[in-house]
Amino acid sequence: MIGEKVKSELVRIFGKDGFRDSDEDRIAYSYDGTPVRSVLPDAIVTPSSVEQISKLMILANENKFAVVPRGSGSGLSGGSIPTENSVVLLMNKWTNVIEFDKNNLTAWVEPGVVTGKFQSLVESQGLFYPPDPGSAQICTLGGNVAENSGGLRGLKYGVTKNYVLGLEVVLPNGDVMRVGGKNMKDVAGYNLKDVMIGSEGTLGIFTKILLKLIPLPKTGRTLLAFYDSIAGAAATVSEITAARIVPAMLEFLDNPTIRAVEDFAKLGLDRNAGAVLLAEVDGAKPVVEEDLAAIEMICKKSRATTLHVARDQSEGMKLKAARRSALAALARISPTTILEDATVPRSELTTMVYFINLTAAKHNVQIGTFGHAGDGNLHPTGLTDERNEAEMKRIEEAFDDIFRKAVELGGTITGEHGIGLSKKKFLEELYNTPFVSMMKKTKEMLDPNFVLNPGKVVSVAPRCEGALPRSREQIDRVLSKMDNPAEAYF
Amino acid sequence: MTNRISDDLLTQCMHCGLCLSVCPTYALTGDEKSSPRGRIRLMKSVMESRIPVTDAFVNEMDFCLDCQACETACPAGVKYGELVESARIFVESSRKRTSLKVFILRKVVVRRRVLNFIAGIARVYQSSRVDRLVLRLLNIASKNLYNKARQLPKVSESFSINTLPEVIEPKDEWRGTVAVLTGCVMDVFFADINKDTVDVLVENGWRVVIPKDQVCCGSLNAHNGDGITPKGLARKNVDVFERTAAEYYVINSAGCGAFMKQYGDVLANDRGYSERARAFSAKVRDFSEFLVQTGYKKPGAHTCKPTAYHEACHLVHAQKVSSEPSEIVRDVADKDYRTLNEATWCCGSAGIYNVVRYDDAVKLLNRKMVNIKNSGAEIVVTGNPGCLAQIASGAKKEGLDIEVVHPATLLSRLYKANGSQ
Ligand SMILES: Cc1cc2nc3c(=O)[nH]c(=O)nc-3n(C[C@H](O)[C@H](O)[C@H](O)COP(=O)(O)OP(=O)(O)OC[C@H]3O[C@@H](n4cnc5c(N)ncnc54)[C@H](O)[C@@H]3O)c2cc1C
Ligand code: SF4
Ligand code: SF4
Repeated sequence: MIGEKVKSELVRIFGKDGFRDSDEDRIAYSYDGTPVRSVLPDAIVTPSSVEQISKLMILANENKFAVVPRGSGSGLSGGSIPTENSVVLLMNKWTNVIEFDKNNLTAWVEPGVVTGKFQSLVESQGLFYPPDPGSAQICTLGGNVAENSGGLRGLKYGVTKNYVLGLEVVLPNGDVMRVGGKNMKDVAGYNLKDVMIGSEGTLGIFTKILLKLIPLPKTGRTLLAFYDSIAGAAATVSEITAARIVPAMLEFLDNPTIRAVEDFAKLGLDRNAGAVLLAEVDGAKPVVEEDLAAIEMICKKSRATTLHVARDQSEGMKLKAARRSALAALARISPTTILEDATVPRSELTTMVYFINLTAAKHNVQIGTFGHAGDGNLHPTGLTDERNEAEMKRIEEAFDDIFRKAVELGGTITGEHGIGLSKKKFLEELYNTPFVSMMKKTKEMLDPNFVLNPGKVVSVAPRCEGALPRSREQIDRVLSKMDNPAEAYF
Repeated sequence: MTNRISDDLLTQCMHCGLCLSVCPTYALTGDEKSSPRGRIRLMKSVMESRIPVTDAFVNEMDFCLDCQACETACPAGVKYGELVESARIFVESSRKRTSLKVFILRKVVVRRRVLNFIAGIARVYQSSRVDRLVLRLLNIASKNLYNKARQLPKVSESFSINTLPEVIEPKDEWRGTVAVLTGCVMDVFFADINKDTVDVLVENGWRVVIPKDQVCCGSLNAHNGDGITPKGLARKNVDVFERTAAEYYVINSAGCGAFMKQYGDVLANDRGYSERARAFSAKVRDFSEFLVQTGYKKPGAHTCKPTAYHEACHLVHAQKVSSEPSEIVRDVADKDYRTLNEATWCCGSAGIYNVVRYDDAVKLLNRKMVNIKNSGAEIVVTGNPGCLAQIASGAKKEGLDIEVVHPATLLSRLYKANGSQ
């Protein structure tokens, strides 16, 4: 616990209204969107200025407590779950769009602006901010930058990092750093901005974000294709790529997901279809028509069993309903839903999806897979009940196998949700040592006291999980289990 | 203990947070504990005895509007309405005394004679000079009470249940029999809407029965922590409505309709009633839902004024009825149809919420009024008495010339307009 002295300091910095530590508040900030895990913070603070955040970091370094930044808490890797001895730094009330520069097509925003609200604002001006995580209605732009979030339009338009031009960041020691700016070209110094993007709240706290906007595409058309097997859908994806067409969206559902969607939304999908592919092309009308015709041909060539082409936007919305209800349909099947994001090069799509289905059968668990076929970002979704310990263990083993396989195929353990707490063990195990050790050194250098979101992404602090061994006997037992006793604390 | 909040329902929440974006109370505070996800976690903590039933806990349960917008947004199908209602029952059962809120509901609203009596006094009060005198005194005594009294809509001249005949036959065509609930809040403040409802149904060839011994649907009690009274009321209504032999029970108040559609669940463990309650619920239709599903006469005439539709929580979220009423409004408004931003957001009425949590209700109402002003609408249509009163009082307070009407009133008026042409 952080102690009364620190508490009164916090009240002094943030005022009575900016500090809370009631049981109810601590419970309400003990979790994020990540399944199962939760830890109670000692207090919650809501800053109203950058200086307050600086002071908080200085106080944290002096008194060795942890600071956990939080947006809306929709993260899926545990990034905003508190740690022991921590204070939650709540950024969701920083909701101003500070500057909307129509000459440079940029916007300065505060980190608490909700992504979906920002998108509508920008689109009402004929402009476009493409990154659109499935959680856009609630997640914050600060959270998006911290997680380098992706979404459905990643294939053509890229992810959050492609739209961040500049940042104002409070560093772990309390210094305020500004990086980047409105220049489309800028090579002054190391690219520290990109080190900050995707740092999952462990290297700095974003207080202002400069985003790039692009013109809103003029038109869009949607197509939905059914296949007997996932191989047909994968062949279509490869052919589309080979034909040099870049759809704005290229999504798929596997058979278990199709069944779940049909049971839930009754859209008239073929329950026996092996896969469904959803494609959307956007841009100027002639190009859109040409691309759509080409994709239609490719689908037929790859033996799509049924093909629906939407005539207009509202029909397009109906076709997209199948993909949009995927998570809702799966989530209803069982209490605990584990939404994962193992990702492979798109050429390995078929291999990976088959592997996931086999693995689910092998461990006797339910997993439905859907996701971004175009960029190989899959969402194998485990359906279980956290109260059933045996099944939880089996599903964990299944995901172990899945992540290992993804890396073996040249893929990654997370395409967009981040490492956080959930995948730390895989990062340290499956990735090359220089990469992981450089990350650890970066963290150590910027945050030598490990006060900013410690224990996320990489562990550099001594690991004291469980009670420390005290008697000679206990210590010997621990040491006997280790090849290198020095590692016991690192 | 029978009053526990169901663990299965609680565990269904995967704490994804998607519901936060639609929750009006979260929009007001930005505080996780006044969000659906936060409240669910608090309920879980109470059930697991991590915290006792604290004042802060009770406050969050009461702050919730029970508007069920979170249910519409939730991908995991969490039955939030059931959760918050059982949490309120749990709170009541863990208290030594009945709260004033539950006392009022138990003793006043469900007893027609008492309600009649109070409405009688209110009627005299509102129609006399005493009205202004009392308001002035109240204003001196307490700003809050004064505002509440001002907010009360005008009490009906007479209750429709006393003036409408028990059976009304259609004129030419005969399509079948429907039974109508007159409702307590509806009848005290909006008896005319019941008359309009009957007119529209009759115009569309339905024989209408208004069972005289019907009772309050029980929803206000159920939403506010009283687990016992609603069961008795439900049993009584099942008895009474069965006797009408009607094919459908048409309900013009969204809150009552939502609850009557749940009678099957409310009486699920009642051996004598479970089957009959389920059959009852299967016959319940909201007024607009009924008209569109069975087909209705388009009035032909139009509102000729900018018209918008406000979606009552208990229609759009609790009953998932949205396309039918908006179809009616779009048809009668025609070119004058206006889209209302945040149309599915609670107006702050929420049963007796605007009485027990006046200040919060005002904030939500203000937000609603801003959206209405921006839409440019001069007529706002909505299918729930609470919303009618709330939005009308908002318009009055802001000095806006806006008419707030029930779809039944609108249709009835346009039928007449067309008939007289
Ligand atoms: C249903 C659902 C669908 C999703 N779909 C997608 C998807 O399609 N693509 C995708 O990429 N993700 C997706 N996500 C994951 C999640 O929404 C994103 O990671 C999102 O960016 C988190 O934003 P948040 O505001 O909720 O941040 P939080 O969850 O509160 O925090 C996330 C991380 O950011 C840090 N952080 C937050 N604010 C700041 C700040 N101002 N400065 C520094 N660090 C900060 C936190 O410490 C934490 O480590 C989904 C989640 C859900 C529940
Ligand atoms: S949307 Fe549903 S599952 Fe998600 S947090 Fe809200 S209630 Fe829980
Ligand atoms: S019922 Fe309404 S007020 Fe209550 S938690 Fe759900 S959305 Fe919020």
